Amino acid sequence: MTTSNNLVWLIALPLFSAGLLLIIGKRANRWGHLLATTVSASAFAIGVVEYFAMQGRDVLERPVTQKIFTWISVGNFHVDASLLLDQLSICFVLLITGVGTLIHIYSISYMSHDHDRRRFFAYLNLFIAAMLLLVLGDSYLNLYVGWEGVGLASYLLIGFWNQKPAYATAAKKAFVANRVGDIGLSLAIMIAFATFGDVTFKGIESHADHASTSAMTAIGLMLLLAAAGKSAQFPLQSWLGDAMAGPTPVSALIHAATMVTAGVYLITRSSFIFDAAPTAQLMVVIVGVITLLFGAVIGTAKDDIKKALAASTMSQIGYMILATGLGPIGYAFAIMHLLTHGFFKASMFLGAGSVMHGMKDEVNMRKYGGIGKFMPLTFVTFGLGYLAIIGVPPFAGFYSKDKIIETAFNAGGVKGILLGCATLLGAAITAFYMSRVVIMTFFGNERWGHKDEPHESPALMLIPISILSIGSVASGFLFARGDALVNWLKPIVNPAGEQHLEEFLKPLVVSSLAVFAVLIGVSIAVAKYRGELQSEAPVKVNVLTRAARRDLFQDDFNETVFMKPGQGLIKNLLNIDYLVIDGLVRTVGSFSIGAGQTLRKVQNGYVRSYALMMIIGVLALLLTVWLTTS
Amino acid sequence: MNLLTIVGALPLLAALIVGLLPKGNSELIKRVAMGATSVIAIASIFLATGFDKAQTGFQYVQSKSWISAFKINFAVGIDGISLVLILLSTILVPIVVLATWNESDTGRWSSKTFYILILILETMMIGVFAATDLFLFYVFFEAMLIPVYFLIGGFGSGEKSAAAVKFLLYSLFGGLLMLASIIGIYVIAGNQIGATFDVTKLATLQIDSRTENLLFLGFFIAFAIKAPLVPFHTWLPDAAKSATPGTSVLLLGVLDKVGTYGMIRFCIALFPDASKTFTPLIIVLSVISILYGAFMAIGQRDIKGLIAFTSISHFGFITMGIFAMTTQGMSGATLYMVNHGFSTAALFLIAGWMIKRRNSSTISDFGGLQRITPVMAWCFFIAGMSSLALPGLSSFVSEFLVLVGTYTRYPVAAIVGTLGIVLAALYILIPIQKALHGPTAPGNESLPDLNLREKIAIAPVIAVIIAMGFYPKPVLDLINPTSQKVVTTAGFTDPAAKVGK
Repeated sequence: MTTSNNLVWLIALPLFSAGLLLIIGKRANRWGHLLATTVSASAFAIGVVEYFAMQGRDVLERPVTQKIFTWISVGNFHVDASLLLDQLSICFVLLITGVGTLIHIYSISYMSHDHDRRRFFAYLNLFIAAMLLLVLGDSYLNLYVGWEGVGLASYLLIGFWNQKPAYATAAKKAFVANRVGDIGLSLAIMIAFATFGDVTFKGIESHADHASTSAMTAIGLMLLLAAAGKSAQFPLQSWLGDAMAGPTPVSALIHAATMVTAGVYLITRSSFIFDAAPTAQLMVVIVGVITLLFGAVIGTAKDDIKKALAASTMSQIGYMILATGLGPIGYAFAIMHLLTHGFFKASMFLGAGSVMHGMKDEVNMRKYGGIGKFMPLTFVTFGLGYLAIIGVPPFAGFYSKDKIIETAFNAGGVKGILLGCATLLGAAITAFYMSRVVIMTFFGNERWGHKDEPHESPALMLIPISILSIGSVASGFLFARGDALVNWLKPIVNPAGEQHLEEFLKPLVVSSLAVFAVLIGVSIAVAKYRGELQSEAPVKVNVLTRAARRDLFQDDFNETVFMKPGQGLIKNLLNIDYLVIDGLVRTVGSFSIGAGQTLRKVQNGYVRSYALMMIIGVLALLLTVWLTTS
Repeated sequence: MNLLTIVGALPLLAALIVGLLPKGNSELIKRVAMGATSVIAIASIFLATGFDKAQTGFQYVQSKSWISAFKINFAVGIDGISLVLILLSTILVPIVVLATWNESDTGRWSSKTFYILILILETMMIGVFAATDLFLFYVFFEAMLIPVYFLIGGFGSGEKSAAAVKFLLYSLFGGLLMLASIIGIYVIAGNQIGATFDVTKLATLQIDSRTENLLFLGFFIAFAIKAPLVPFHTWLPDAAKSATPGTSVLLLGVLDKVGTYGMIRFCIALFPDASKTFTPLIIVLSVISILYGAFMAIGQRDIKGLIAFTSISHFGFITMGIFAMTTQGMSGATLYMVNHGFSTAALFLIAGWMIKRRNSSTISDFGGLQRITPVMAWCFFIAGMSSLALPGLSSFVSEFLVLVGTYTRYPVAAIVGTLGIVLAALYILIPIQKALHGPTAPGNESLPDLNLREKIAIAPVIAVIIAMGFYPKPVLDLINPTSQKVVTTAGFTDPAAKVGK
């Protein structure tokens, strides 16, 4: 294991910058965004240097650690503030700081008219710091700090325009849903400590063989709960759509490319737990499959471009979660899809932001149409992202999604066939709703209902989008070529070098099926949405569409099952507290005050009577003492 | 003379000096009080630097015969747990004085009375944590109610008299029960080892289990009223609503800690077997307090009532940590007392400023403060985040230690207690949304932000909240040896990890 002194700067720089911009306030308005962007770029530079240094070392020497200080030490509970940069975390460091820096640059222009731009950049830097801590912490407790830190940043950014009540509510909803997941992370850490006496990844991994399956299953399920909260997976998915209240660069960075994928990181990082807990693994698979279909179905009915993309994010992360549940071989594919998704989804979100920029912040795709010719570069880059996400070869998503579909089929038996078909179905629906988004936005009749033509965005916004779309095009090929990413991650996630025992279908067959599914999805969308569209959503729609528009009743469910009963409980408790508990006290109180008044003719105040009682008490004490000792 | 005694006596001396100052010159009185309490804070930090943290016994020990006929001694001394609580008290007092500079101007009595009461209270707070003689502890424990009563009744607002009486009656009830137990244990000591009130000697008594249970309950109920556990809690929200913000800080931040401190120092140390007997019950009560306090907090419309109920929830965590009887639980609970002191101080002081500016304590009367009074809003936000135990802020460390320490012995209680973290998110984020976010409520457009004095007062509290989140080690190093000793003396060892390390 190599040690390093550089890692702490990855976190310290953006954290310091965030604190500085928040503390000095308006005085930093002129240069705050520049500082924040420079800091983010510096973190990226450190990441690149570390990456090349890592690549130059032998496989066993690649991970780097840095102990910063002893954080908590009580009895045998010992946690250092300590960082670990290995083959897995470097992928995230580069993604977070790389995409993060591009989004900083984009935001300089996108947020230029906002009075609070400096505060926005402070939050972005806070997010970068917390997210880096999340992926660099060497123990679950360090990860937890980053985990809730990104939750805080997400809360602040979703509620960035919290003067609008709906946005403030959306922020709160995200925080609370994440906290439900955090119960899982807290309990996982507690169980891990009770089982292993340790909360570091290394310490737990080295004793994983000796732990009981039930303990591993419990930890695994709790980690899955945590992952579901952060990554908007079923049944904690309902906050992500509302989170689109945040400024669009936030949706791109936090709610598409990085933070929401933290659940995938958590499960991958905990491979040693899930590999020893088949039940937990099965649950991971189930959650992944449900969410990938759930998100896809919601995506088909959304008219808000950001919400359609959010549903798609949920669905794509479902693919990743599914992959992590498929055993040692699945982890690398999950990470591969995570990275390619980071490029193409960020690029599309920024593209959506560019469209909104040109369309007076309109998000309703029913009011778009024919924008392609007014915003050619946005159209082209969005189109590349589109080709990537639906999985058209040779764009990025093809390679990464294909591997997951293949692995799903290879899970074996009926399970494999079911999973494989589900992933193919998901691919078809993805192709449908993404085609719908592209057609409604860039093609067809102009429905924006005002005379101002949409205008293309400034270069400061288009350059980051263009760079990201290079990733949409090329990253899949680069990762898949010679199994580059799989081999890179192998020592961390698949040290035993497990391979598919048997192939259910030949890879070429799987790829053909996937492409075929995509063609079906695209064809349906083209058939349905070509030609003239109305600027109002049709009212008479079938049951499924209605359900999808209502997010498959996720909010109605939470409201009926949790919120309403919870509010009822609180109301009852308030009454019980006043009428019963305090009522009893008031009765006794009035009785004793009454008794006090009759005892003494002269009413001289409670304090004096109290002092009297105390003195009597003391005298009684002394008397007893005297009697018993003499 | 003993440094501890000097630190304890300084506030009393300062009260005398304030007593000699002219009544009309309230500015002078405030400055003297501010200066004196700052000197005391520095002196107590000096006390801490001379404290040998490796040692587990009492330090700065002084014992003088007080009432020799009854073997009552003026005996003081501190271990790690009492030291950090004394530090909490002495550091909070000058902050309160500075933060609530004008609080005493509108009371029933003069500012002079106000500051004399505060200073007397400070001596009693130091005394109650420093006493190693049970009788001396009892005297401080009871006598400190009197300044608080006057502070609520004389300077509070709303139904202050009713609240003050309720506070007193509750305390009277608990105090009498404790007194009975004190007499009981004194009698037993007289029969076994000779009359004494020395806490260390009393701990060696052999008491039959029936008697021990009764004596334990006398103490425990008194302490469960002070650091209110459900169902002994209904005085606290009333008192907190009526008291001035400064008094509330001292009441919830320090005085309530006497209850949880007493559980460690007396309940567990004097009656280890009874503690074991009652632990299941107490753990259940604690878990109920955590959830009950949180639910009640969510339902509050009054900001002070909200903070009071969040405290009840937090006291549930503290009690659970204490009776989990693990070093993590014990250290976590003690650290929680300190952290809760600071975050509640921040919440109450800022709430006080908000109320004063808006002339209302109803949460929904505010709105959009983040854009009108950003500094005040940010301070409230950070204090709130600490209250919901956001990692990186002080309360997280203590809350997690309590939970992990409880889990290793009582997993079910810890699991149910963990649900509290979701409720905490609700009871903090709902008022934040109502008061800080949203559109600016009519009439609030020109509320002034914190002035320089207020900023200076709140800055150290916020700094402590952040610093203790990242680097709690200095305080934990003070606490750990003592909490280890408490657990061991009570006959417990930490459950070992199932898979050997």
